[in-house]
Amino acid sequence: MPKALQRLLLGLLLLLPLAAPAADADYFIAAKANEQARLLQDWAAQPDPARVELLSALQQGRIAAGDTRKLRLNNRLRGLVDNALASHQLLSADSTVRLAAAQQLQKSAQPAQVAFLDRRFASEADAAVHAALALALANLQLVDSDPAVRLAAVRLLGETGDPMARTRLEALLEPGVESNAGVRTAAETSLAQVKRKLLFGELLGQAFSGLSLGSILLLAALGLAITFGLLGVINMAHGEMLMLGAYATYVVQILVQRYVPEAIEFYPLIALPVAFAVSAGVGMLLERTVIRHLYGRPLETLLATWGISLILIQAIRLLFGAQNVEVANPAWLSGGLQVLPNLVLPYSRLVIIAFALFVVLLTWLLLNRTRLGLNVRAVTQNRNMAACCGVPTGRVDMLAFGLGSGIAGLGGVALSQIGNVGPDLGQSYIIDSFLVVVLGGVGQLAGSLWAAFGLGIANKLLEPQIGAVLGKILILALIILFIQKRPQGLFALKGRVID
Amino acid sequence: MKRRSLIKAFTLSASIAAMGLSWSIQAAETIKVGILHSLSGTMAISETSLKDMALMTIEQINAKGGVNGKLLEPVVVDPASNWPLFAEKGRQLLTQDKVAVVFGCWTSVSRKSVLPVFEELNGLLFYPVQYEGEEMSPNVFYTGAAPNQQAIPAVEYLMSEDGGSAKRYFLLGTDYVYPRTTNKILRAFLHSKGVADKDIEEVYTPFGHSDYQTIVANIKKFSAGGKTAVISTVNGDSNVPFYKELANQGLKATDVPVVAFSVGEEELRGIDTKPLVGHLAAWNYFESVDNPVNSQFVADWKAYAKAKNLPGADKAVTNDPMEATYVGIHMWAQAVEKAKSTDVDKVREALAGQTFKAPSGYTLTMDKSNHHLHKPVMIGEIQDDGQFNVVWETGQPLRAQPWSPFIPGNDKRPDYAVKGN
Repeated sequence: MPKALQRLLLGLLLLLPLAAPAADADYFIAAKANEQARLLQDWAAQPDPARVELLSALQQGRIAAGDTRKLRLNNRLRGLVDNALASHQLLSADSTVRLAAAQQLQKSAQPAQVAFLDRRFASEADAAVHAALALALANLQLVDSDPAVRLAAVRLLGETGDPMARTRLEALLEPGVESNAGVRTAAETSLAQVKRKLLFGELLGQAFSGLSLGSILLLAALGLAITFGLLGVINMAHGEMLMLGAYATYVVQILVQRYVPEAIEFYPLIALPVAFAVSAGVGMLLERTVIRHLYGRPLETLLATWGISLILIQAIRLLFGAQNVEVANPAWLSGGLQVLPNLVLPYSRLVIIAFALFVVLLTWLLLNRTRLGLNVRAVTQNRNMAACCGVPTGRVDMLAFGLGSGIAGLGGVALSQIGNVGPDLGQSYIIDSFLVVVLGGVGQLAGSLWAAFGLGIANKLLEPQIGAVLGKILILALIILFIQKRPQGLFALKGRVID
Repeated sequence: MKRRSLIKAFTLSASIAAMGLSWSIQAAETIKVGILHSLSGTMAISETSLKDMALMTIEQINAKGGVNGKLLEPVVVDPASNWPLFAEKGRQLLTQDKVAVVFGCWTSVSRKSVLPVFEELNGLLFYPVQYEGEEMSPNVFYTGAAPNQQAIPAVEYLMSEDGGSAKRYFLLGTDYVYPRTTNKILRAFLHSKGVADKDIEEVYTPFGHSDYQTIVANIKKFSAGGKTAVISTVNGDSNVPFYKELANQGLKATDVPVVAFSVGEEELRGIDTKPLVGHLAAWNYFESVDNPVNSQFVADWKAYAKAKNLPGADKAVTNDPMEATYVGIHMWAQAVEKAKSTDVDKVREALAGQTFKAPSGYTLTMDKSNHHLHKPVMIGEIQDDGQFNVVWETGQPLRAQPWSPFIPGNDKRPDYAVKGN
C-alpha cells in the first residue's frame, strides 16, 4: 500500500510540470489584454522550459495543437510573445535556436530581462550565441549604474551596423543623459562608426534596387531590341507579348495546381518554355499576316501594331476577365537574404537579375553563334545581298520576329513574379522598353544592356531625393536631352551598313 | 434593282426594330438605375465587386417586388479607371439612359470628375467609399466614411498602448486628391497631438506603381528612429507589390504596423497573407463581424457569386465599400417608397433621416442635413486567412464631419449641402 501511494505521489509529481503549462494556457486565455501583456513580460524575465510549447503555439496564433478555442492576439501581444519565446529558447539545447533567440532579443529585450540574460551570457558556450547575447545585453546596459559597464556596452554597439544602435547612441548623447565624459566620447566614436556602416548598407541597398529595376527593364526591352532594334519594326504590340507571357505563367500555374500539385513549387520553370512558345507563336503569326506587308512603312506599322495591341488586350479581357489574376510566388521566391542589419535582398529579385543576365547571354549566343543568328544579321545588314546569297529572307524575318516576341514572353514570366498580372500589364512597360532601346542605340544588344541598368540605377538614385513621380519626369527629360545630342544612342553601329 | 431591295430590307428591319423598341418600352414599367464602376484598369481590382454587389442588391429588391411596384433595371457602364471617361459615362447615364440614380465611383478623382455633371443635370449619385471629406454636394449621398469616421480614429488607435504607442508616422499614398487631403488632415491632427514634423514623413507614388523597393527601404530607415507606424492610402492594385515587398524585406507588423485605408478583404484576395498578419485596416465594416444580418449578407453574396459564376467565386468575400453600396441602394429604395417618386428633389428630401439595419451590426442613419451616414469605426488586423480580426471599435455610429476641423477655414462652412462646394 505505502509503495503504491509512493508511486502515485511520484506520478503526480512528474505530472506537475505538464499540468502547469495547461494551467498557464487557461489563465492566459481567460485574462484581459493588459493582464496577458503583464504575464508575457513576467514569463520573459523568468523563463520556464515547460512553457516553450505554449509560447510557440501562441506565436503561431493558436493555444495548443488540437485546441479549437479562439485566440485573438494583437500586435502588442504578438511582439511580447516573440520576446518571451526568445527568452525561453535561450534555454534550448540547439545552438542555432539559441542564436536566433539572441538575435530576436537584440531587438526586443526589456530591462526586466537583464538578470536572466546575464546568467545565460555567463554560461553560454557557443561563440556566436555568446557574441549575439553580448550585444543584446549591451543594449540594456546603456543605462547601467556602473560607468565601466556602460563604456563596454557603448564600445560593443559601435561594432554593429544595426540601425537601432544608432538611435540608442543618439539618445545617450542627448544633453543631460550621460554624465561620464569617457562614456560620452566613446559613444561619439561608436556613433560615427555605426553611421558609416549604415551608410554603406544604404548605398549597397540603392545599388541593388537599381540593378533589380534595371534587370526588369532589360527583360521588358530585350525582345524589343530584336524586333525594333534589328528588324526595324516599330512594334507597339511588344508590351502585349510580355502580357501574354505573364498570362501563360498564370495558366501553367493553374494547370500544374490541378494535375501535378506536387510540382507547384517549380511551376515558373515549367512556365518558361510555355510562355516562350505562346509569345513566339503569336509573334510569328502577326509577322506573317500583318507586319510583313508593311516593311519599310514605319507609320503604317506603328498604327497597325498599336491596333494589334488593342485587339490582344481585349481578347485577354474576354478570355480571363478584366480583373488582375493571381500569380502566386513559390516559397523559394518569397522572403529575402539578410546581408547586413539594414539590408535584405529579396530572393525574387536576386533570381530575376540572374535570369535577365541568362536571357541576354542566350540571345547573344543565338545571334552570334547559330546559323539563324547569322542569317538574321545578314538580312538586317543588307536584305538584297542576303537574298542573293540564298538566305530565305521571309522565313528569317518571321523567325527573328518570333524570337523577339518569345523573349518578351520570358520577360513576362519574370514580371508576373513581382507585379500584377492584368490585361493592361504591357501598357506600363512599352514606354520604358522603347526608352531603353532608343537610349542604348538601335540595333545593339549591348546598348540595351547598359541602357537598362543605367536607367534602373539612375531612377533608384533619384527616387529617394525627389520622389517617384518627379524622378520619372526628370529621367524622361534627361533622356530627351541626351537623344537630342546623340540621336544614335549610347552605342551606334559603325560603318556603311545603315539602311 | 439591287439598291432598291437593300432599301426595302433596311426599312423593314428598321420598322421591326422600332416595334421591338416600343414593345420593350411598354413592357418596361421599370426604374433605370446606373452603375458607374471601373471594370478594367488599375481600379478594377477594387471596383468590379461593387458592380456585382449592386447587381445582387437590385436583384434582391426586384425579387421582393421592386420599388413602388416597379422593377429596377440596372444599366452598367465601364469608365475603365479613366477619370475623364467617368464624366462622359455619367452624362450618358443621365441624359441618354435617363437613370433615376447612379451608384458608383471609388477614387475621389473620379468623383470630382463626375460631380459637375451631376450638379448640372441634377442627378443623384451614391458614393460608397471612404474619402477625404471637403465636399458636400446636394447631388451626392456619401455612404462611405469621412476622415473622422476612419482616418482619425485609426491614428488614435496607433497612438494607444494596444496599437503600439507609435511615435513616428510614415504617410504613404497614391498621388491624387484623396491621399493628399487625408494626409493634410492627419498632419494637422498629429501636430495637435504633439508629433513634430521631423517625425512625419510623407511619400507619394503614381497610380499603378509597382516598384516599392526604395520606399520599403526608407520605411525601415525611418523606423530606426523610434516606434513607427505606416499610414497607407495606396489605392488599387499597387497594394499587391507593396505588401509583397514588405514581406520579402522582412518588415513585420510587430516592428512597423501598416494601417491601410483602402485595403479590404477583396484587395487581399490576390496576396499570400501569412507574412502580413498583424497589419491593420480601418473601416466601418469587416466580413468577420459576427451578427445575424451580416451572416445573411455574406451567405447571400457567396451564393450570388456562385450562381453568377463570378471569377474566384469559391473564395468570394465581402468588404466595407460593398456593404456601403448595399446600404446605399436599400436606403435609396426606402426613400423612393417614402417619396412615392423617383424625382431627385423629392428623394433627396425623403433620404434625410432614413435608417437601415446594416451588416456592420448597427442601425445606420442618413444624417438629416449633411448627406453622410452615421457610421461605427472598426480597426481590424489581417489574419492568415485574409480576413480581419476586429481589435478595436467605437461601439456606436459617429456623425460624419465632412468639413474636417483640422483644415483651417472649415469652421465657417455650412453644415448642409450646397452646390459648387
